[in-house]
Amino acid sequence: MQSETMPPPSRAHTAILLVSVLVVATCGLIYELLAGTLASYLLGDSVTQFSIVIGSYLFAMGVGSYVSRYVRRDEIGAFIRVEVLIAALGGWSAAGLFLLFPLVDDFRLVLYALVLAIGVLVGLEIPLLIRILRHRYPFRDLVSNVLTYDYVGALVASLLFPLVLVPRLGMIRTGMVFGVANVLVAIALTWVLKERRGRRLDLAMAFAVLASLLVGLSMADRLQQMSEVAFYGEGVIYAHSTSYQRIVLTRRASDLRLYLNGNLQFSSRDEYRYHEALVWPVLGRVMHPRNVLILGGGDGLAAREVLSDPEVAHVTLVDLDPEMTRLFRNNAELVALNRGSLSSPRISVINTDAFRWVRQARGPYDAVIADFPDPTAYSLGKLYTESFYRELARLLAPDGMMTVQSTSPLIAPRTYWTVATTLEAAGLKTRGYHVYVPSFGEWGYTLAAHYPPSDTVHLPPGLRFLDARAERLMFEFPRDMARRPTPVNRLDNQALVRSFDEEWAHYES
Amino acid sequence: MKAEVTRRACLTASALLGSALATGACSALAPARWPGTLDGADFTRGHALRDRRFPAPRATVQAAKLVIAGGGVAGLAAGWRLLDAGFDDFELLELEDRAGGNARSGRNAISAYPLGAHYLPIPNREAGALRRMLGQFGMIVGTDAAGAPIYDPYQVCADLDERLFWRGAWQEGLFPQTGLSVAERAQHDDFERTMAMFSAAVGQDGKPAFAVPIACSSQDPAFTALDRISFAAWLDARGWTSAPLRAYVRYCCRDDYGTEPGEVSAWAGVHYFAARRGWSGAETRDRELTWPEGNGRLVALMTAQLGDRIRPAQTVFGAARADDGATINVFDHHSGTSRALRTQAAILAMPQFVAARICPGVGGTKGFSYAPWVVANVSTSRHPRGPGVPLAWDNVSAASDSLGYVVATHQTDSGGDGPTVLTWYMPLSAMPAAEARRVMLNRSLGEWQDLVASDLLDLHPDLEGAITRIDVWRWGHAMIRPTTGFLTDPDRLAAQAGAPPLFRAHSDLSGMSIFEEAHYRGVAAAEAAMRHLGHPFESLLA
Repeated sequence: MQSETMPPPSRAHTAILLVSVLVVATCGLIYELLAGTLASYLLGDSVTQFSIVIGSYLFAMGVGSYVSRYVRRDEIGAFIRVEVLIAALGGWSAAGLFLLFPLVDDFRLVLYALVLAIGVLVGLEIPLLIRILRHRYPFRDLVSNVLTYDYVGALVASLLFPLVLVPRLGMIRTGMVFGVANVLVAIALTWVLKERRGRRLDLAMAFAVLASLLVGLSMADRLQQMSEVAFYGEGVIYAHSTSYQRIVLTRRASDLRLYLNGNLQFSSRDEYRYHEALVWPVLGRVMHPRNVLILGGGDGLAAREVLSDPEVAHVTLVDLDPEMTRLFRNNAELVALNRGSLSSPRISVINTDAFRWVRQARGPYDAVIADFPDPTAYSLGKLYTESFYRELARLLAPDGMMTVQSTSPLIAPRTYWTVATTLEAAGLKTRGYHVYVPSFGEWGYTLAAHYPPSDTVHLPPGLRFLDARAERLMFEFPRDMARRPTPVNRLDNQALVRSFDEEWAHYES
Repeated sequence: MKAEVTRRACLTASALLGSALATGACSALAPARWPGTLDGADFTRGHALRDRRFPAPRATVQAAKLVIAGGGVAGLAAGWRLLDAGFDDFELLELEDRAGGNARSGRNAISAYPLGAHYLPIPNREAGALRRMLGQFGMIVGTDAAGAPIYDPYQVCADLDERLFWRGAWQEGLFPQTGLSVAERAQHDDFERTMAMFSAAVGQDGKPAFAVPIACSSQDPAFTALDRISFAAWLDARGWTSAPLRAYVRYCCRDDYGTEPGEVSAWAGVHYFAARRGWSGAETRDRELTWPEGNGRLVALMTAQLGDRIRPAQTVFGAARADDGATINVFDHHSGTSRALRTQAAILAMPQFVAARICPGVGGTKGFSYAPWVVANVSTSRHPRGPGVPLAWDNVSAASDSLGYVVATHQTDSGGDGPTVLTWYMPLSAMPAAEARRVMLNRSLGEWQDLVASDLLDLHPDLEGAITRIDVWRWGHAMIRPTTGFLTDPDRLAAQAGAPPLFRAHSDLSGMSIFEEAHYRGVAAAEAAMRHLGHPFESLLA
């Protein structure tokens, strides 16, 4: 219903303005959801993140509404400029946050600054629109119309976001698409209001933002990849998801790093420390290590050390993931690192589950090297159980020696010594040792054999890290890493995975 | 807020499943979206028996000294017991092409998987015969200082054994740990305390109140009186009405009995919680033995021992006393002919509704009713994920009417991802059994696949695109139902009595369809038959 004192509104204007209420309401909520989702994704603890993001966003909208009183004239111009700004900030918000996350010291600061900025701008929109439309509608209808479209927009956004946008477009594209919608509202209004002053400048700015968003959209995949770069903090030179894991290789300067499921496996700068400590205490205690078994170690680095011993006649390497061993057999740079160990005529690579394989395998092996990922999951925990070690004991020659990668004795001492307790429950004699690997920290291993491992070791000349004195030092445990009583890790209790979880969570919190 | 959503999702999910089952909602033939087979207990052979469509025997043949009719777990256990006692003059006739009953299994390129029964709890002390068999099968690897058996760790269910999807996340165990009111928690604690008391209780006759096999249970009326009311009524009377507790109890009743708590006898309901006192040296007493193929492993080991004494595709359609022995009429599905077998004794190792059809005098069938089940084996190209604790062997959702799924590769693999087979279970307990069987027969493979996939994908959106195959298996009469009054049901007591030279063996006689009961009944029948035939042996029964 229209009051006769007011001039009839131009239908086109009114329509565009009302549609823009719907659009801006939708966009506004989308940016809020994006910020909340991103914050929970990157910072964890979704309840806290969502709650704080929503709260500060709403508060900023209040600030925006308050500030709207200082817009004295040219409401349409102000509205158009606000739209362009929101489009730029909101449209790039997801991509920007992803890219900035690993680069900035305090990510929360950046996050909330952006949330507040967008919130203030979004808070300006509705008061400005109401004022723009106040001559075209009686107050009663005006409030009703604007708020109706506002709330409908909110519903559209909250349904689209989880059901369509995030699964179909991903967060980076979602931001851009709604940025485009915001800027189109600005462009449409500028276009319609031909007589307005400053129109050219606004239009130019709007088109610039539109162009940036379209470019961003077309590069969304590359941006996504760059954000993985950002996550790792280094250039990603290879990333591939196999049936079993995500393999990522990164490089910064001369430092080549391998990550499996986001966990660092080695850094080319210090892996020699890790692998010399893994291999030589074992080979150096076996008189004639002719037959060697490596479990895990699909990167071929342990095999490189083993094969450098001319006494070794044959190496059996069992690694679950064929794509892993293929990568480390074929990539020139990686082959340079493992010296082509995986293509040696002296090695047999078997791609199968070691847990299954050991049960039907036949020994004897003079040396066994168990180099599995840390027991982060129940499935991996099986490779550290009494049952598994009993099979290894069966495969191990009477005078053979084995070693087990046993996580950090500094960060997780209970977990570390659980490995020794478990090996002993399987009837083996053990000795723990540890080494400092800069990219890992203090790292631990456990020697095990049918007889107590001796002090005497025969190391080959020319190792980069180990000599007899350094080797002896590895067996010394200061008080904070000293042996303590632990349970036996069994298939039906998975004591190791449980204590690993506790100790690492405690360390990282 | 969060709880509301979950509860609503729960209602929607169960309403969807329920109505889909009840009305055949997708009645238009849905094309199968995945490769797979629709299979089950042989309906044609089963119904031929019901309709008595067999030619009269052409010849009378002298058979072995003893004939076992039926190659389910009870029949195989009888065969095992006979061989164990040095009695080898017997043959076993099986209607299906493979022995094993509802403990049969399947296999594909990824893994072996169960088609029905899939685990055996660590047996109680009183299950001596079963323990002897497990020892012979290499499942017991030694004894501890106190003489308690130590089970092979590879065959004890590995950690994590079970998890529950509850309010948006997976948690360890099957009872909710979070979001409970003080009253709900108190009721659960009270319930657990009472069950622990029942578990330790001993009757006036000196026997445990609840035992497995149930024949070893006390006859003390203080406990057997529970059989007179339903489990739900008993819980109501105790004031245990909280929704999480009742949902948990319902899950358990459907899991072991395929039956709603409102129909389950309170004695049987308490038995589920109070009868398991696994006797084991290690700290494994509350654990199960399980294998990729489920109880198919036990069946395979028993079948291998019996060798060619098992005659598959033989329907026994008549059994009668004859002078100095028995006559068994049997139809051979390969040759299409019938024969009459002359034998000195026979063990009818078949469900009561079949036994009553072929042999008048084994008792009525009024007190025997059976739960229909659907089991689907879903092959996936990767492991299921989800928030909260990681994948367990048994994975149950509080928001679904299915019983969730077990993971076939749980025992054998250490790779945390990659292809696997999920065995999905669903007892059709929400509607009358006859109706459920009709629904079950009429539904197409595609319809079942849609139902199974939508249930799994609700729980695991991450499996979208990862399902490579769905094989559906239907059990029309999967389980005997221990309904109110089953302990004193005259038909069941008559069936248990049996009379030489025809002996009965089946878990129906116990009223609970669990491996231990079938095994016990098989062993008991074998011993009774040997006693009748004058074969000396030392009894394994307590």
